[in-house]
Amino acid sequence: MSGGLGGFRPWFLQRVSAVYLLAYLIFFLAQLLICPIADYARWKAWLSAPVIWMATGLFFLALFMHMWVGLRDVILDYVHPVALRVVLLTGLGAVLAALTLWVFRALVAVV
Amino acid sequence: MGQTKKRPVFLNLLQIRLPVTGVVSILHRVSGVVLALCVPLLIYLFDLSTRSPAAFARALELLGHPLIKLLATLALWMLGYHALNGVRVLLIDIDVGVQKLAARRSAWMVHIGAALILLLAIAVIWL
Repeated sequence: MSGGLGGFRPWFLQRVSAVYLLAYLIFFLAQLLICPIADYARWKAWLSAPVIWMATGLFFLALFMHMWVGLRDVILDYVHPVALRVVLLTGLGAVLAALTLWVFRALVAVV
Repeated sequence: MGQTKKRPVFLNLLQIRLPVTGVVSILHRVSGVVLALCVPLLIYLFDLSTRSPAAFARALELLGHPLIKLLATLALWMLGYHALNGVRVLLIDIDVGVQKLAARRSAWMVHIGAALILLLAIAVIWL
């Protein structure tokens, strides 16, 4: 495969997304500890605040970017036949795109 | 990039002896893959939680199911491991803890930290 796979960009994406994922997780954990979300009304109220649903949407985007880089690395390391690589990487991209749409739908439902 | 002749492969896990940093490195990858496999379920639960009060209740009900609790325990453990080593790796990226001894020490801290997180997860989910 050609140099189009790149080195720095995925590495950087993986690091940046990792930092955000960690920050959000800590924030979310703190939120759960301070004010456990036991019912739909409270969950919806919390999620509808613009800062919250945007940060949450960003969390999932960061998650999918992070997953893309990580799983792509695994595929590139262990799958050598080029055709199989193409199939798997395309499949991965498709699944992540579908998950993005699914999350979008879930957020729209409550916002 | 064509197919060159087959290179020898040695995968007898019982005989391979990696330094602790090597173990932590491969477990970081394994935990990542395990977590990735759990993500669709997470999205499903998230979707349920926002649809309606009834769907939210269904999501809570699912989270109470023993099999899901088992999966959640595993996922939290994997997350703890992956995140702790992730922090370790990020620090190494900015040249903190690069020396061999420091790297081995931090690798052990990841092992221990992840074990603590597993215990915490068991306590929270099962007790």
